[in-house]
Amino acid sequence: MARSKNRKPAEVSSGSMADIAFLLLIFFLVTTTIANDKGILISLPPKPDPNEPPPVVEKNDKNIYAILANSQDKLLVESEPYEGTMEELTEDIKKFVLNFGKPGEEGVAVYNSLPSSLKSYINSNGRNPESSDDPIEAVVSFKANRGTTYELYISVLDAVYKAYDEIYAERAGLTVEEWLTLDKSKDAQKEIYAQAREGIGRNISIAEPN
Amino acid sequence: MSKFKKSSSTSNDIPTAALPDIIFMLLFFFMVTTVMRETDILVKQQLPRATQLTKIERKSLVSYIYIGEPKNPNLYGTEPRIQTNDVFIEPTDIIQFVNQEKDKLSEVERDQITMSLKGDIEIKMGIVSDVQQQLREANARKVLYSSIKRLDD
Repeated sequence: MARSKNRKPAEVSSGSMADIAFLLLIFFLVTTTIANDKGILISLPPKPDPNEPPPVVEKNDKNIYAILANSQDKLLVESEPYEGTMEELTEDIKKFVLNFGKPGEEGVAVYNSLPSSLKSYINSNGRNPESSDDPIEAVVSFKANRGTTYELYISVLDAVYKAYDEIYAERAGLTVEEWLTLDKSKDAQKEIYAQAREGIGRNISIAEPN
Repeated sequence: MSKFKKSSSTSNDIPTAALPDIIFMLLFFFMVTTVMRETDILVKQQLPRATQLTKIERKSLVSYIYIGEPKNPNLYGTEPRIQTNDVFIEPTDIIQFVNQEKDKLSEVERDQITMSLKGDIEIKMGIVSDVQQQLREANARKVLYSSIKRLDD
């Protein structure tokens, strides 16, 4: 009897080890969240200097694309009530920015640097003299009311960003998705980014809600 | 013949000794890649949806401000409130909060601090604007409107 016992190797069973590890694994899966740090990045203007009055902006009205939102979440775009979708708003802003109604010297240079697909897009829209002179001058102004919901504010801001991103992507010959995933820490990609934005700055003015 | 007989008598169990190691590897992967939730969020958080999202490259520069209706209306009422870390604060306390967050960063990085605004979709722009005014005062001018990717297009 004793002999047969001795022959059996002394072994700790490690079969349940996997179960213990599984338990720990599930615990970590449940208690942790993968942080999603994505969103729309804006830069606030510097705080007003009390000794200096705010600079008076002299801009031709035709160079400003005004979007107003009221407390009922209704939009007023270019002084007219707006009923369309956000996609249509994006398209309108794109047309406004790429209007080249009366481009200045720099405006002409920007126009010449655009790929032919964008040039034909501009010309097919007829270069309305009543709309913006060139992308350097064009400003999109957005003013919300204190009662406007945050959801509408974000969707309008998103529509404006989308209009600019579509222009940049087209100019760089990328899809919008590719454009958004450009890694600015790499030199080659940063150059594409800078080239696409050259002359067409994202001129968005977000006014303080009243 | 005897050769075949011998091989048939061996046990053909799959060795499971390496299984714990594999599971441990998975465990470590999840432990390393996930971040523990640091604060209890006391406000409703249904983030708005948007398409043109920017990703934050350096997490250490980000501080969070949560705005929304309190989850516990009996205790805190139904008006949207601002939460930082674990407490509700008034808009005027934001400057102090930003300065605390800036103190955690090294001198050269202080200007690059990004405030991630996690706003519930139901809040009004009034409170968001109040927060932004305070952020301007505190000179933390990079603001990220935290949102979720919209999938419909």
